Amino acid sequence: MKPAAFDHVAPETLDQALALLVRHGDDAKILAGGQSLVPVLALRLASPSWLIDLNRIASLSGIRRLESGELAIGALTRQRMVERSDVVALANPLLAAAMPWIAHVQIRNRGTIGGSLAHADPAAELPAICVACDAILVAQSQRGRREIAAAEFFKGMFETVLAADELLVEIRFPGWPVGRAHGFLEVARRHGDFAICGIAATVDRNDGGSICDSRIVAFGVNDAPVRLAAAERALIGNRGTSDAILAAASAASTGLSPRSDHHASSEYRLELAQVLTRRALIQSMRQALHNKSN
Amino acid sequence: MIESRDIELTVNGEARRGRCEPRMTLVDFLRETLSLTGTHIGCEHGVCGACTVLLDGESVRACLMFAVQADGANVTTVEGLAPPGEMNDLQRAFQAFHALQCGFCTPGILTTVTALLRENPNPTEDQVRHAISGNICRCTGYQPIVQAILDCARSRARVIATDGGRAK
Amino acid sequence: MNAPERAPTREKQVGVSTVRGEDQRFLTGSARFTDDVRLERMVHAAVLRSPHANARILGIDTAAARETPGVLSVFTASDFGGPLPLIPIRLAPIPGLERFLQQPIAADRVRFVGEPVALVVAESRYIAEDALDRIVVDYEPLDPVTSIEQAMLDKALVHEAVGSNIGSHYHVSRGDPESGFAQAEYTRKERFRCHRHTAAPMETRGMVAEYDGDGDGAILRIWGATKVPFFNRRLLAKMVGLPESSIDMIETDIGGGFGVRGEFYPEDFLVPWAAIQLRRPVKWIEDRREHLMATNHARETECELEIGMKRDGTIVGLRAIVMADLGAYARTGGGVALARVPQFLPGPYRIADYACEVFALFSNKTPVGTYRGPGRYEANFFRERLLDMAAADLGLDPIALREKNLVSAAEIPYDIGKLVPWEGPNEYDGGDFHSAFRQALAAIAYASLPRDGAAIDGRLHGIGVACFTESSGAGPSESARIVARPDGRYEIYSGVTTMGQGHETAFAQIAADELDLPLSAFQVFHGSTAYVDEGWGTFHSRAIVVGGSAVKIAAESMREKQIALAARRAGLAAADLRLSAGAVLRRDDASTVLEISALAQAAQDGDAEAQDATHIKARFDIKMRTYSYGSHVAHVAVDPETAQVQVLSYVALEDVGHVINPLLAAGQAVGGAVQGIGAAFLDELIYDESGQLITGSFADYLMPTSTDAPPVIPIMLEEAPSASNPLGAKGAGEGGIVASGAAVANAVANALLPLGVKITALPLSLDKLAASIRAARKKY
Repeated sequence: MKPAAFDHVAPETLDQALALLVRHGDDAKILAGGQSLVPVLALRLASPSWLIDLNRIASLSGIRRLESGELAIGALTRQRMVERSDVVALANPLLAAAMPWIAHVQIRNRGTIGGSLAHADPAAELPAICVACDAILVAQSQRGRREIAAAEFFKGMFETVLAADELLVEIRFPGWPVGRAHGFLEVARRHGDFAICGIAATVDRNDGGSICDSRIVAFGVNDAPVRLAAAERALIGNRGTSDAILAAASAASTGLSPRSDHHASSEYRLELAQVLTRRALIQSMRQALHNKSN
Repeated sequence: MIESRDIELTVNGEARRGRCEPRMTLVDFLRETLSLTGTHIGCEHGVCGACTVLLDGESVRACLMFAVQADGANVTTVEGLAPPGEMNDLQRAFQAFHALQCGFCTPGILTTVTALLRENPNPTEDQVRHAISGNICRCTGYQPIVQAILDCARSRARVIATDGGRAK
Repeated sequence: MNAPERAPTREKQVGVSTVRGEDQRFLTGSARFTDDVRLERMVHAAVLRSPHANARILGIDTAAARETPGVLSVFTASDFGGPLPLIPIRLAPIPGLERFLQQPIAADRVRFVGEPVALVVAESRYIAEDALDRIVVDYEPLDPVTSIEQAMLDKALVHEAVGSNIGSHYHVSRGDPESGFAQAEYTRKERFRCHRHTAAPMETRGMVAEYDGDGDGAILRIWGATKVPFFNRRLLAKMVGLPESSIDMIETDIGGGFGVRGEFYPEDFLVPWAAIQLRRPVKWIEDRREHLMATNHARETECELEIGMKRDGTIVGLRAIVMADLGAYARTGGGVALARVPQFLPGPYRIADYACEVFALFSNKTPVGTYRGPGRYEANFFRERLLDMAAADLGLDPIALREKNLVSAAEIPYDIGKLVPWEGPNEYDGGDFHSAFRQALAAIAYASLPRDGAAIDGRLHGIGVACFTESSGAGPSESARIVARPDGRYEIYSGVTTMGQGHETAFAQIAADELDLPLSAFQVFHGSTAYVDEGWGTFHSRAIVVGGSAVKIAAESMREKQIALAARRAGLAAADLRLSAGAVLRRDDASTVLEISALAQAAQDGDAEAQDATHIKARFDIKMRTYSYGSHVAHVAVDPETAQVQVLSYVALEDVGHVINPLLAAGQAVGGAVQGIGAAFLDELIYDESGQLITGSFADYLMPTSTDAPPVIPIMLEEAPSASNPLGAKGAGEGGIVASGAAVANAVANALLPLGVKITALPLSLDKLAASIRAARKKY
């Protein structure tokens, strides 16, 4: 399974990369980690004339905690670096929790956070984490810089709002509120496989202990990560009793139009969405108790 | 016609160079151009792990990289794990535990485990299984592979303990 | 080389868990697999394969492909100048199947996605694949047959000239099933299905073919041969019109076989033929996408099984209809898997009255061959599931039900009748099935484990058992050659082939005991046709049983001849001498009478008598089929809400008569068990209604990884040595897999007992199991 012939260029700066994107347009594909692109090339499902290799652009990689409390991660940052980062562990426990679920270590050693987001596989973990955290995805082109809310970034299966001349350059996660609890679960055929259904959840409480905000994002189910708004609403104002969790879980199927393929029927995905919502919320409740007692 | 490139890299501690088309994968470059046939091709789409090598110390799928991307890099293949004709303690543990049958997946597992033990010298069984979950073996059922890795890690820990803490 | 130590006694090697000497080359990356073979002027082939399941070929335009720089040739059927030879059946010639043979390249018709249509040869595989993209084929798609149901209907036909998709339809039976069932106080009939999956060894197929030399001296060499090289050579010789003696099949290191590699495939003709035309070495290495559509599939079988019992659980009759989907063509493995289903359906149980109706069906899918434990994996699943269902219906304990019906040691040898068309009546030759069963249950601590759907931490626990018999040591014969060299080394040559089993070490152990030498004295060569006059290869777990026996006989013969020669030359009685550590010694004072290295030197210098004692050829003819047997037990926990199953522990127990190397035997058991357990949940070859293979890469064809593999307790018993061979051994290569689907399916069904989930089909993939659970919940 050898790729069709292509030419390869590895710009050293972002500006050079953006210029190349404009010059080659549809004839080019972006090479970041390559963990999704190279199999596509090997199977000759795509045969671009050019590969624009971003791996030499040092400025696109890095993890920083900003003064604002936000967590800024360069798009070319290797997933493994995110996984190992103490900064990420503190600044975004949900992101840290999700990382070991992504594929296998060899993939994470090369795969980048930006590459996964731009690829927008409906069953991938990182897009769901971004939606659950209200992340800002920063795109750059020769025309300028654009900040895109994660909720708006993913349009459909392998489809994002990135324009043809844009590169994803940075992902910014808002600061992690004190006392926020999270849950993360997925069901896949095997460990490391793409999720048949996954749930990323956050739960925030006010001083009185009532839930004031929540994000419950399902991935692997629809064509893009989807917030289970009805399930979230079932929790608001509540203390997180088992009744509330059950209500949220049964509301999880609202707004879901699950895909069906040879790995899973839409019925199964729907069932899982409810079960995993319940379990992810229980996870986050346990964590909330744990946080309180510390 | 797309021009071939000259690339230079370090492989198993030696400076190597070669000429290749941009589309030549790293695994093909190692096997064909450098005649290092110890790294194997099992799927060519990044799933089986047979092609795993160390790139700047990290385990990567050599079928998912192009040789031109490895220009200037430091690569370790199975041939570089021990001096020629010798086996290191990890390889001997594999032999002792019958952790290979046909041997086709073995080089990819050895490099993966080399990186694992460098980062986590005392893994639990669970950690070992997760570390090699990206390497498919059809023959052994994994059990002896896990046993060999744990045994090697324990032996190394004993050496360090009796060595007064000096690193191996 | 130092002479080996002359110790008065040496520990026996057979029975010892010796580590493999051959491991070093694999561990250091210096093994030589087929793709590692490099020859000067070598070129690379790629195969254009049909994208349609069923179509007429109206035309093939190769002009653009041929004009691609770096392409040497593009071959299609029209280049063969005449009708193409058909690939015959090697085993299991069930009458009727010979009407479904495949020619190595499609001429005007393709019948499965993946069928070869053209062969490109180019300077590199990269260029060859570029050229594939430039071949234009004009297809007229036809309606495909994509299921057993469709095949039986005979509306769309895979081979019009035959007139039916039913390749063979036959009956086997023993006793009087009608009268048996007449006595039944309880009957149950169910339809079971085992899914299509395959071995998927980590190395894909491939070969390097070189035709070199002139006239009568020209030799065709094929690197990458395995499994049955002598048969394949015979066949290739006929197909290319060369004498066998002009063909060398060379076995390289092999990355797993499990039955699917080493049979004669279309490429095994096409690539050598291209090498002959081009007079340059041609390498062809299958890529994984090709492999999944072109290398033999296996196991797709449905079975309508009916059991008759007394209320107390005594089996009084068994009736079955077996339907196997063999794909588009009959392969060299013919009807092996299909025919073994009826043979092994009764298993180790006392079932005097049994009948089976068998249908061999063809469809527009990849052809089917043998995969580890062919027919057994399926049959054990069908029967063991039905036994558990009957137990539940009758309120009987599944263990007690089996104990009641297992053939007892007193009834062995047990006549199983004539259940295979081309074989005579057979019998279970030795064993104590109850003892094996009890020991398997004890090994997993059956009595202490939670089962029957006991809920712990949200998961339901279950235990499943499966008892089995398994045949091994397929005949007719195997050869071995041992040569003693002047430097003290001994070379063993065998006609068996090796794909990872460790025969090099096992054969050295056998010879070491006979000749009283250390293992390090031996070098073992196997597989290649240059090594022995005739070889029969490795399949049906015959390598140790038949091949190892040949090695034993050869080594014994060498010992006897060396002692006899020494006795003659020294004027002593042979009984007063013994062979030890490379010398014939006097028994009384251990003084040396004859150094074997000196004898080997004399042989080299022309001493005919010395030659006769240092170059030994032997052949072992096995006269009877021998049966291993055993039990598997699985303990699982099922999450009823997600359908996820964890196999918590697993016992794979088999009596193999005599264990040559416990480490290697255990390796086979664990490897086979994990392969089979994985297949029960993951491996699945899925076709859509248009005959497209949906699971076309490892992204979709899933195999167990280290996080899926359960802990397996392998137990090899030696309670019933085999009388069929001088080692007393039975094969150990397949027992680990044959009962694994049955055991885990029973365990899952047991775990879901409270929900009344019905399990009659594999795989128990997440989606399918979830659907079964959902269906059961709806009933309540």
